[in-house]
This record gives sequence, C-alpha cells and structure tokens, in this order.
Amino acid sequence: MRYGMAIDTAKCVGCSDCVVACQTENNVPIGYCRDWIVENVNGSYPNVEIELRSERCNHCENSPCVRCCPTGASHIIDGGIVMVTHNECIGCGACIQSCPYDARYSHPDGYVDKCTFCHHRLEKGQNTACVEVCPTRCLHFGDLDDPYSDVSKALKNRTWKVLAPEAGTKPQLFFLT
Amino acid sequence: MKEELFISGRDIPNIDPFLNIWHWEIPVYLYLGGLSAGIMFFAGLFTILDKEKEMETTVKWAPFLVPVALVLGLFALFLDLKHQLFFWRLYTTIRIESPMSWGAWTLMFITPLSMVWAAVYIKELIPGWNWKINIVDQFEEFVKKNMKPLAWAMMGLAIVLGVYTGILLSAFNARPLWNTSILGPLFLVSGLSTGLAAIIWMSKSHFERKVLTKIDIALICVELFLIIHLFMGFLAGSAVSIEAAELFLGGPFTTTFWGGVVILGLIIPAILETLELAGYKVPVWIPSFLVLLGGLLFRFIMVEAGQITRFLY
Repeated sequence: MRYGMAIDTAKCVGCSDCVVACQTENNVPIGYCRDWIVENVNGSYPNVEIELRSERCNHCENSPCVRCCPTGASHIIDGGIVMVTHNECIGCGACIQSCPYDARYSHPDGYVDKCTFCHHRLEKGQNTACVEVCPTRCLHFGDLDDPYSDVSKALKNRTWKVLAPEAGTKPQLFFLT
Repeated sequence: MKEELFISGRDIPNIDPFLNIWHWEIPVYLYLGGLSAGIMFFAGLFTILDKEKEMETTVKWAPFLVPVALVLGLFALFLDLKHQLFFWRLYTTIRIESPMSWGAWTLMFITPLSMVWAAVYIKELIPGWNWKINIVDQFEEFVKKNMKPLAWAMMGLAIVLGVYTGILLSAFNARPLWNTSILGPLFLVSGLSTGLAAIIWMSKSHFERKVLTKIDIALICVELFLIIHLFMGFLAGSAVSIEAAELFLGGPFTTTFWGGVVILGLIIPAILETLELAGYKVPVWIPSFLVLLGGLLFRFIMVEAGQITRFLY
C-alpha cells in the first residue's frame, strides 16, 4: 500500500477549488493553506507555455522532515503518508526548514501542520477533499501498488514528472505533462 | 522569460515569499553554544596538560561564563519554539537521525557539567564561600580528585557541541547554503576562536595571552581556509549551490559577509594579534571584540541567508 497522487497539469485550470475544499475540510486557519496552485509561465508571446500545478505535501518516501524531527512527531504511517502528531510537536521549525517544497507551516496554535492526504477521510473509505471537488477531474488519487487504482491508471499512459527530484526525497506526487 | 506565481494567493506567514521561520533566537543560540564550546574546550585542554597555574583564566575564571551563556542560549532556543509547553518531548526520545535531538541531549549533559566545573573553582573566585551543605562539600572533594576525567568529558562534549551548531544547519538538504558538510568544522573553529577571544579579553597574565593569541591566529587562518573551501564547493556545485554562493558574491549579503565577517571579524584581528606578538602595543580588547562581533555576525548572516536559498522547480 503506497498512496500517491497524480495531477494532470494539462487539465488543471487553476480554479483553486482544491485549496478551498481543503481549507474547509481540514479547518485550516485563515491565511494558511495545505495545498496551493502554482502558475508557471515559460517563454514570451507568442511562444508561451503555461503550466498549472495543484501542489501539496509530496509525502516523500525519503522524507527529510521525518528525519530531522527531534521528537518523532513527524512520522510515516501505513500507506506512506507523512503525519504530524500535534502533542509531540515542539514547534522548533526544523521540518519546515528541511522541506524542499515549503509544504509545512507553523499553525497559530503552535504545532506544525500540513497535508495529511485527508487521512481521516481515507479511513472512512472516502477520497481526499481536493480530489472530490476538482471540477476538471485533474487530480487522481489512490494506491500506487494497485495497478487498477485511479492514480496508477492515470500514470500508465502519460508522461509525468516529480518536483525537485534532485533533492533526493522520492516524492509521491506526480505531475502529468 | 520564466515566471512562477502562486495563483491561489498563497501568503503563509513566515514562509512566503521566502522562508523566515527562524529569527534572532537561533543565531544567538548558535553563537552562545559555540562560545561556550570554545571556553570549555580550552579549559579542559589546559587541565589535561597540567597548566592550571600558568593558564589560570582559561581553566578557572572564563568557565564561569559558560553556564551563563548556555542558560541564556537555551532560553533563546526555548523562545524560538512555537509549541513551548511540549518542549519536554525532546527528552522522551532519542532520534539518531535528527541533529536537533543530538544537540538537545548534548546540552542536557554539558550544561550541568559546566556548572559543576564553575562550582569547583567558586571558592577561589569568592574567598570565604561556604556551601553550608555537607553533601555538596563531599561532592566537591570527589570532583576535585577527578578533574582529569572531567576535563576529558568536557573537551569531548565541547567538540560535539561546537560541531553540532554547524550540523544543525547542514542537515537540511532543502537549504543549499547550509547543506554542506564543511559547516560543522567551520562552526566549530569559529566557536573555538570566539571562546579564545573571550578568554584573552579576561586574562591578565602576559604569558597566558601570548599562548592563546598564537592559537587564535592559527584558528583564524583555519577558518579563512574553510570559508574559501565553502565557496569553492558551492561554485563547483549544482545550480542551487551556485545560486546560494551568489548571495555572497555580488548578492545582498556581499558587503556584510566579506566586510563584516571576513575583514573586520577575521583578517583585522589576526593582523592586530600578530602585531601584538611582534611587540607592538595593541589594546587587548580590540581584536577580541572584533572576533566576538564577527562570530555573532557570521551566525546571523548564515541563518538568514540560508533560509532564502531553496530548490527551484
């Protein structure tokens, strides 16, 4: 079991529905977000390329945030999801420094917070909030070890990339190009 | 043209537009930790070499600064924590892979050790000091008989503490400016040098100052060598490393780093100390003050600049 997500950059329109859905579902404080949209513009008119990416925690297999956490609050659970136990986190900021994707933030209550792949929803057999609301169906989530899962099927016939592979973190977010 | 923007309007405090999660507390702690490591290392070293008489300030008086500096440093660290009530979680586990866990445990041992060291010499500092508790007197007797093993332990832990202040930063692969293994030795040498500067400033013995000044000049040379290597490594590295180095080579930190840290904090004190050894009269506090200031500035610049550097994708 290894959860992963594929994001279809060709289909994403950058509507930010996933951002709002996540903020609502996970009670993210105002001014903060666990997922966000990046617009990447390359070239100049008339040769312009735009890539839209819905980004979040990459739930890295070799996660630097888990490695540097001094208390073990950051840990990996079954399915490869990187989680933070709030009452073990001392708020030292080491994991925020260690993340090449700047996916973590310091919650106003003190602990460090980030995307959980909506673990509480997965437990109930539901999909993540961001995937559920995406109007263009550009987000694909599921078990990478299962060849028939939504994410595996999405990755099968398309080219994809991961972000900052040179950081050596083995991210589990795949961007279909 | 290449442009990247957050169209979801991401503007998370202390993270966007660039990371700034660690403020003054961390460099201040790194500085005080390095300074303490420097003083403790030399106090231990000259005890092992049986030079307590000749190097009185190094072995007896300067170590009184250490518990004060460490407690202040720890307090700064505590202030930096955002979930302060849970700080004790550091001591419910040992995480081998986390430098911060190592550091927390090192401090757990070295802080009481530095207090014991200071307590042993308090009767010499304040004549007529009386513990008034029998068991403390007995403990003091016991420690006095075992100063050598204590000195070895202190020297070892001082090296761990000094290196740790650098490794704390170099373990973060996401911040290319920090992610270089030279940072550990560089922070250690810089800490030893600032420790020496503090001792030299306090010392009244001509002989002691002369010995320590010679060591300090050597350490400053090593530090300059390591700084050159640091930049050689960056410039021979990948795009993110080159970008990190450019902050100091024409970027916003150029003047403060090369002018403040390298010239004012290393080269000028080294020249002044050499002149002093050659027999010229140089007020002793000037090179010491410059080294201490340079060390502080160095840590502030490294922490601030390091947070700006990142992977681009």
